[in-house]
Amino acid sequence: MADFDEELDASGLNCPLPILRAKKTLAGMDAGKVLRIVATDPGSVKDFEAFSKQTGNELMESGEEGGKFTFLIKKA
Amino acid sequence: MEEKKLAIIATKGTLDWAYPPFILASTASALGYETEIFFTFYGLQLLKKDLDLKVSPLGNPGMPMPMGMDKWFPTLLTALPGMESMMTSMMKKKMASKGVASLEELRELCQEAEVRLIACQMTVDLFELDTATFIDGVEYAGAARFFEFAGESDICLYI
Repeated sequence: MADFDEELDASGLNCPLPILRAKKTLAGMDAGKVLRIVATDPGSVKDFEAFSKQTGNELMESGEEGGKFTFLIKKA
Repeated sequence: MEEKKLAIIATKGTLDWAYPPFILASTASALGYETEIFFTFYGLQLLKKDLDLKVSPLGNPGMPMPMGMDKWFPTLLTALPGMESMMTSMMKKKMASKGVASLEELRELCQEAEVRLIACQMTVDLFELDTATFIDGVEYAGAARFFEFAGESDICLYI
C-alpha cells in the first residue's frame, strides 16, 4: 500500500460513523495529503466509493486485509 | 460543484424511527449537502436534551426479536407491561454491540455539521411542550418556513 500522511481507525464502527469520522479528519488536513482509513463495516466499501465520487476526494486505493477494509483517500 | 440541498420532515418519536433523520442528515452534510430537518408532532421528542425514546414491538410484526421470539411469541403478549422497556433495553444493547452510534452522538454530529434543526411551533403549542427541555440551537417556525428551504431542495424526505 502506498504512503499516507494520517491514519483513521474506524474499526468496530457502523454506518454512518466511518464516513463522518473520515470527513472530520480530512477537514483538518491540507489538500493533496493522504488519509488511510481502516474499517470493519462491510458497507464502508461502497460508501467510501460514493463518498469519493460526491466530495471529489480521490479514492486512491481500496483493499481488504485480514477481515478489515482499508482505504486511501487523497484530500482534494 | 453547486451545493445540494436535503430537506427532511421528522414525524416519529420512537427509538428506531429516530435514527433515519439523524443518519441521513449527518451523512448528507459529510457529502456536502446543506441540510435541514423539520421536526413535527412526535418528531419533536428527538429534540429533547434528555432523550428517553422507546421502541415498541406492538403492532410491529417486522421487528426481529431475540431467541426467534418473533416466530413463536403470540402477538398479543407483546402488549404486556414491561415488554416495551425490555425491547428498548435489548435494542440499545444490540446497537452498542454493533458499533451503531447513539442518537445523542448522531444528533451532536448533525449540529457540528451545521444541519439546521427546526421545531414546529404549532406542535409545541398543541402539546404544551416546554422548550426549556429542548437542546440549544433549535429554530421555532411553521410550515411556510419549511417550504422556503424544501422548495429549493434536491431531496425531500418525510420520515
